[in-house]
Amino acid sequence: MHELALATSLVEQITSVMKYEGATKLHAVTVSIGKFSGIEKDALEFAFPLAADRTPAAGAKLKVKVSDMKLKCKACGRKTVAEMPLAKCGKCGSLDVEVTDGKEFIIKSMEIE
Amino acid sequence: MCESCGCGNVKVSVKGGRKLKIPAGYHVHEDGSMHAHHDGAAATHHHHDGKHHSHEHGDLHHEHHEAGRRRVVELEKKILEKNDIAAEQNRGLFLKRRIAVVNIISSPGSGKTMLLEKTLDRLKGRIPCAVITGDVQTDNDARRLKGRGAKVHQIETLSSCHLNAQQISKSLKDVIDSKTRILFIENVGNLVCPAAFDLGEDFKIALLSVPEGEDKPVKYPVIFSSAKLVIITKTDLLPHLECDVRKMRRYIRQINPGVFIFELSAKTGEGMDAWIDYLEKLIE
Repeated sequence: MHELALATSLVEQITSVMKYEGATKLHAVTVSIGKFSGIEKDALEFAFPLAADRTPAAGAKLKVKVSDMKLKCKACGRKTVAEMPLAKCGKCGSLDVEVTDGKEFIIKSMEIE
Repeated sequence: MCESCGCGNVKVSVKGGRKLKIPAGYHVHEDGSMHAHHDGAAATHHHHDGKHHSHEHGDLHHEHHEAGRRRVVELEKKILEKNDIAAEQNRGLFLKRRIAVVNIISSPGSGKTMLLEKTLDRLKGRIPCAVITGDVQTDNDARRLKGRGAKVHQIETLSSCHLNAQQISKSLKDVIDSKTRILFIENVGNLVCPAAFDLGEDFKIALLSVPEGEDKPVKYPVIFSSAKLVIITKTDLLPHLECDVRKMRRYIRQINPGVFIFELSAKTGEGMDAWIDYLEKLIE
């Protein structure tokens, strides 16, 4: 269960943006997690209120978007959405692929006051 | 567009659809990174009310124009930024000192410590090694690894299920000296969490012991996909199990087609020569 550690990092980053923006209240935060980041949406949603307790992020709504894992095929050059857990080009079936998207864990937006 | 550095990737919108330019002097770049101008240079920026004024960038507080206003800030801010920065600092240090660093990840009980014991024995007196080993509790692993010619440091993570880059930075002074050529990081036994944390290593090694089942790579794809090397361990147990190693290799290649795979038994020594040879070539 590393989502508590991840939620703590999330709250730290939120706090630094809020300080920067001169904001005192966070209404909502939108986070994007890649399907291939190893981060579980439900566990993060569970951990966030615990990590946010007694911080400027307390009480905020967490919105989580899960983004697809995308592959770039080195054989045909096309970009396809991977069907987990197969690392195979969706067009030509080649196994010579590179994961281009799906590992991110980022804050997309924050509604602050 | 940012008026200080010219980058054009700044997005900020206010609820209600109005767009603002550079509200607080920080920028979001296409790679997801964000930077602030801390150079103290005066820069002009625009306010939603149409007023322009100059101020010192690097001033972290901008209450003068935005505080108290409910608004949406769009960002691309990496949540593990602090870990990633520490990892890059570690990587820079390893590069400067020419130390090869591997991050070894597996389930608990896959044989990480046993493999390291035998590896250190084989490299003793030839290649100066160091080990950082992580466990939730106890220094049992460090005690097992000591006396084999390498400097060993134990990190007890207590409640945490993975090592992070800051823990590695703090431990380096205890294990690395001017002679060190290989640093083994034995991560906490866990196939999920350690995959998310870059420690500054050259690459990750995943261990998979034969009793764990052939399809583990597809059940835990993230780690097996991000490893450069997979070591199938405890092959001495194969006569007692129904594990089909060819099937196991197929599952590994299914999610990581180009990965190197070693098969070995640290206990009997079978297959160890290829692994030791690989490590020797790594630092050539």
